[in-house]
Amino acid sequence: MARRVGAEGSFAVAEAVRLADVDVVAAYPITPQTHIVERLSEMVASGELDANYIYVESEHSAISACLGAAAVGARTFTSTAGQGLELMHEVLYLTSSMRLPVVMAVADRALSGPLNVWGDHSDAMAVRDTGWIQYVAENAQEAHDLTLCAFRIGEDPQVLFPVMVHMDGFHVSHVVEPYFMFEKGELGDFLPPPKYPYPLDPNRPVTMGAFAPPAVYAECRKAQDTAIKETYGTIVKVWEEFGRRFGRQYKPVETYKTEDADTILVAIGSFNQMASVAVDNLRAGGRKVGLVRIRLWRPFPVQAFREAVQAAKNVIVFERSMTYGGTTGPVCTEVKSALYGTLHQPRVMNFIGGLGGRDMSPRQFEAMFDRAREIAEKNLEIGYETIGVRG
Amino acid sequence: MMAKKDFELTWKEIPIGAIIHEPGNAAEYCTGDWRSQRPVLDRAKCVKCGICFSFCPEPCIVKDGEGYYVADLYYCKGCGICARECPKDAITMVQEEH
Repeated sequence: MARRVGAEGSFAVAEAVRLADVDVVAAYPITPQTHIVERLSEMVASGELDANYIYVESEHSAISACLGAAAVGARTFTSTAGQGLELMHEVLYLTSSMRLPVVMAVADRALSGPLNVWGDHSDAMAVRDTGWIQYVAENAQEAHDLTLCAFRIGEDPQVLFPVMVHMDGFHVSHVVEPYFMFEKGELGDFLPPPKYPYPLDPNRPVTMGAFAPPAVYAECRKAQDTAIKETYGTIVKVWEEFGRRFGRQYKPVETYKTEDADTILVAIGSFNQMASVAVDNLRAGGRKVGLVRIRLWRPFPVQAFREAVQAAKNVIVFERSMTYGGTTGPVCTEVKSALYGTLHQPRVMNFIGGLGGRDMSPRQFEAMFDRAREIAEKNLEIGYETIGVRG
Repeated sequence: MMAKKDFELTWKEIPIGAIIHEPGNAAEYCTGDWRSQRPVLDRAKCVKCGICFSFCPEPCIVKDGEGYYVADLYYCKGCGICARECPKDAITMVQEEH
């Protein structure tokens, strides 16, 4: 049976990668992800994990090596954060457009400048449109489970997309907490060996990543966008199977006390756990408030999200990054876009906080609900408001 | 994927990952009309060594029935590498007039 251990979220990811018995790891250390690849490097050196660990000179090389490994059909893992994810940027598009199921854990971090290595969603939002399946783990247990699921989902013949597993830098990557770690053999046939259908093979030659002139590029784009949207059913199916087998259920959109809520807070990531405390506190005072956690970010679960907030009058979007010069933060833009044109149009308000590792307290989430009530009563127009910013 | 049928393919016909299952099919794409100069072979000088064939960055030099190496002018972009590398100066780049 699964063993309950106390460890960092980083180690929970590394253990999942070991259990997945990957063939290739290519990664470059960067805070706050370093412990993941450091642990994997130790596992390969000690023989606990029979894999090729490619030591590279940069993140651009790391993801390029992973792309090549996945192209020959190897089960492939990498991990990065912040500036490292940005250095990978152009190859992220190649990996997804070539439909190579690389799995990557991202310990989400702020972007320079000024230099800041702490938790933030700026890096995640910058790679939003790179065509990867992207979802979020809020604690060590979820990081363990969802890293395992990532291999199963990405390699599914109905999917064949790379998968990014996001987790908040430090708050998930570095916090030591108890989680159930799978034992080898316990997974059964949940994760069969990889079998990429079109590997590079001299006996069956193919060309990957060739060019497409104007006459056909647009068709490639439409095919790719349609394909990633169609992965939704498989993602849900895999998570349901995981829940049936192992007792922990994951959903694209998860709700907390939303049934009769007139005001719902929407957020992504580990701060949802703090927000749920605020919901409990406000509920104790008679306020009808709830929480919607977006777990699946790409493909965005439009229908499930609409259903989750359909009864609310007010929707508060809290997020940990900015869109400089834009209308709201990127998550709020997505939320508004998903709701625009539907019959039910709640008032959507945007709060930005938790930037660059700044902590958020339950009291600050409660204050957001108070401010939302004021905005609604006075019918104020806001783009977004910052939380906890001095001055 | 993109060679002969690129104006006909619908998005539903794009192979997964836009993979090309017939490597080398770029030769079916008419790039000959990009050319400003074409390679012309002087058979009297040619010793059939195949160096032009080896150096051509695209597979557009082919061996004819008599063993001479000649450019496929439908595909050849006229880069001139064959003429530059020929040890016998048997290939001359001639200005296209169209």
